[in-house]
Amino acid sequence: MHAAVVVFPGSNCDRDLAVAFEATGAKVSMVWHKDSALPDGVDIIGIPGGFSFGDYLRCGAIAANSPICRSVAQHADRGGYVLGICNGFQVLTETGLLPGALLRNAGLKYICQTVGLKVETSASDYTKGYNAGDIINIPIAHHDGNYYADDDTIARLQGEDRIAFTYTDNPNGARADIAGILSENRRVLGMMPHPERAADVGHGGTDGQALFRALAGALITA
Amino acid sequence: MKARVHVMLKNGVLDPQGEAVRHALGALGFEGVNGVRQGKVIELDLAEGATEADVTAMCEKLLANTVIESYSVEIA
Repeated sequence: MHAAVVVFPGSNCDRDLAVAFEATGAKVSMVWHKDSALPDGVDIIGIPGGFSFGDYLRCGAIAANSPICRSVAQHADRGGYVLGICNGFQVLTETGLLPGALLRNAGLKYICQTVGLKVETSASDYTKGYNAGDIINIPIAHHDGNYYADDDTIARLQGEDRIAFTYTDNPNGARADIAGILSENRRVLGMMPHPERAADVGHGGTDGQALFRALAGALITA
Repeated sequence: MKARVHVMLKNGVLDPQGEAVRHALGALGFEGVNGVRQGKVIELDLAEGATEADVTAMCEKLLANTVIESYSVEIA
């Protein structure tokens, strides 16, 4: 597996994400936001957490219009894998690769804590290392993680089994308790919680490891 | 040409910041504030020849996220 991790000014989970990919044996390339092309042979692009461009205008809005994001969209259009975590999820909704938007947390507070997630589907290369219904513990750290989409979109996500994770105890007001969603072809995943922060015994939890291992297994021959 | 863009959360989208402001006004003794919606104003200083259609395109592409926000353009 060859993973590319995009780095924006203000990204702060880029190295953590690279380490999580590397732990599965993946080759990792860091890609700067001003680059217009991806390295050859990239299987998956990671859009990391952080505060790209200071969250100016809207979280992820400026990053979504950076040169590298055109390549990210093309990669996704070709059926490539994209994993957006936290700010990365916000970037993916701003680019339109995933539906909906992330609003300010309903309680208005920045929340940094480990939360329970329910794995809603194991039918994706991200979640097949879990069983549907599993409860896993993954940290969140965000101010704008309140997932919003209109009723039709929520119904479509539910009907197409595209909700990857829900919160067991909704911390931010997200509609339908949504913590992470998949694209129509199930190769783009956006999620607010940080699996890369629960991927090593030193993190105090390893429930995120299965996601990276499943990906590595799926993309090993790609 | 100057343009002023107003961006607001769409009706029906919860505005927790507006709600917090409403509560704060109530706490200060201002009664009868039934609702507060908070948005933003963006002022653009544009070169000669720019049109309202250009500003609309800017709103659609960047200034507003039309999934959750509506916008209006005022040409000054």
